[in-house]
Amino acid sequence: MKREMLINAALMAGLLVVPLWAWAVDEPFTITLATRVAILALAAVGLNIALGIGGLVSLGHAAFFGIGGYAMGILASHAQTYDPIMQWPLLVEGTKVMPVIWIVAVLAAALAALVIGALSLRTSGVYFIMITLAFGQMLYFFAISWPAYGGEDGLSIYVRNDFPLLNTLDPIQFFAICFALLALALWFSARLAASPFGLALNAARQTPQRVEAVGLSPFRLRLAAFVLSGAITGLAGALFADLNRFVSPVMFSWQTSGEIIVFIILGGVGRLYGPVAGAALFITLEHFLGEVSDYWHIFLGLLLLAVVLFARGGVIGTLAGRKVAHD
Amino acid sequence: MTEPVLATHGLTKRFGAVTACEGVSLDLRPGEIHAVIGPNGAGKSTLIGQICGGIAPDNGTVSFLGRDVTGLSTAARARMGMGRTFQISALAMEDTVLQNAVLGAVGARGGAFSLFRRALADSDLRQRATAALERVGLADHAATRTAELSHGQRRQLEVAVALTLAPRAFVMDEPMAGMGSEGSKRMTAFLDELRAEAPILLVEHDMDAVFALADRLSVLVYGRVIASGTVEEIRADARVRAAYLGESA
Repeated sequence: MKREMLINAALMAGLLVVPLWAWAVDEPFTITLATRVAILALAAVGLNIALGIGGLVSLGHAAFFGIGGYAMGILASHAQTYDPIMQWPLLVEGTKVMPVIWIVAVLAAALAALVIGALSLRTSGVYFIMITLAFGQMLYFFAISWPAYGGEDGLSIYVRNDFPLLNTLDPIQFFAICFALLALALWFSARLAASPFGLALNAARQTPQRVEAVGLSPFRLRLAAFVLSGAITGLAGALFADLNRFVSPVMFSWQTSGEIIVFIILGGVGRLYGPVAGAALFITLEHFLGEVSDYWHIFLGLLLLAVVLFARGGVIGTLAGRKVAHD
Repeated sequence: MTEPVLATHGLTKRFGAVTACEGVSLDLRPGEIHAVIGPNGAGKSTLIGQICGGIAPDNGTVSFLGRDVTGLSTAARARMGMGRTFQISALAMEDTVLQNAVLGAVGARGGAFSLFRRALADSDLRQRATAALERVGLADHAATRTAELSHGQRRQLEVAVALTLAPRAFVMDEPMAGMGSEGSKRMTAFLDELRAEAPILLVEHDMDAVFALADRLSVLVYGRVIASGTVEEIRADARVRAAYLGESA
């Protein structure tokens, strides 16, 4: 346990030091890379609640990532054209204020997760994977065929949204926002894992009959976890869209869902900081191997194979050893 | 006669052409141990599944504390006070012994939707869990991973988790299964005292334990109760001897 905490602290310190160094030597691209890591890690922290603690392999988390992205895109595009989203029965205008966008993104993703979860959690195993995949793809094709917001071409936002008192156009300040939200989500998910809810959810993954026999409903536990999970991934989607100042249906694609799962597997399933390690490793590989070859995914595939075959605990598991039940 | 705590009325369940349970009526009264015995394939597991929920009977009803619970979920029956132990230990193997017991305490409190308080720092949950572990003699192993427990200790933990619920009736599926003779004796002594707290419906293969503990016995063969009565009555019953005890009458 001690060792895992040290590794977690080192990871977060590294994620903080690299962009600060880049800022000092004026390398904005490196700051952007670090921001990507923070945002993608946040998306995976969301999924890790469902997958790591609850054992729910969702291949549809791109749905929530995309919903978060489009929440930002829709609100900001209306704000930049001064065209209200709706006028009747009440006037709803767009906004460029990040916290408002985040709240909308989180609520929209949570609502979608409630509906998708309520239907998919009636199944398990491969069927669950397929149904979540199907929901993700439904939203993907919906986004493609929705011309109002760019359809297949996506939607560009000219200027990054605002955060009170900060200049979000400054890469290091935007990084700070993303990093703070990641830290908050990690804190929340640590509390969650140690709470009675986390205990019961974790038990429902291992032995659902027992959970029922003590009077709890595994379905409700999983549904609540799925909603929290989707909400966090939705927040990451809004940030991701803001980083790129661009939203497109690709955010909804199954490849996106797959990548979020890959972060978790690389980092270590069920490890609190696994998503951070996984996303950092993924982006680093993408950056360095991507320079060497356009086919860098081949190497990623080999690495994934190695992790699944030889290092089930991922990066964190390999470095910290077996997961210790904490007291 | 006192009202039964738990009763089944003409439970019938068919799986295709196989009748796993046919018109089974039995009851459990306060303060007693009612043992259900029967050869393999007699339908004991199907019976337990119908009593605890999870298997819906084709016919017949289950009543618990004077209420018809046939349509209720397993979780709802547990919340009413049905404490179940499993034949094959259903425990969270990755978690510690204490965490498993705390899970029971969380259930006993009626819900797990507190997201922020640390479960193991909650003195109420912890006390309840520790008290149950002490009663079965596992207090020293509270911090042990459940996967590292011996088979017998897992059986004890099964009982401890049920105890945290402070149930109104126990339904125990072979609590002695796979235990050594020493463990089996200790468990027998423990259950002997436990019946004063809540009656026990005991499905068990260990005949020494059954004959030592049971106030009443029901014998299940091919899904039917072929005899029901006190230990003496069952021992004397010719049909039982032929069908089950393996003696020619």
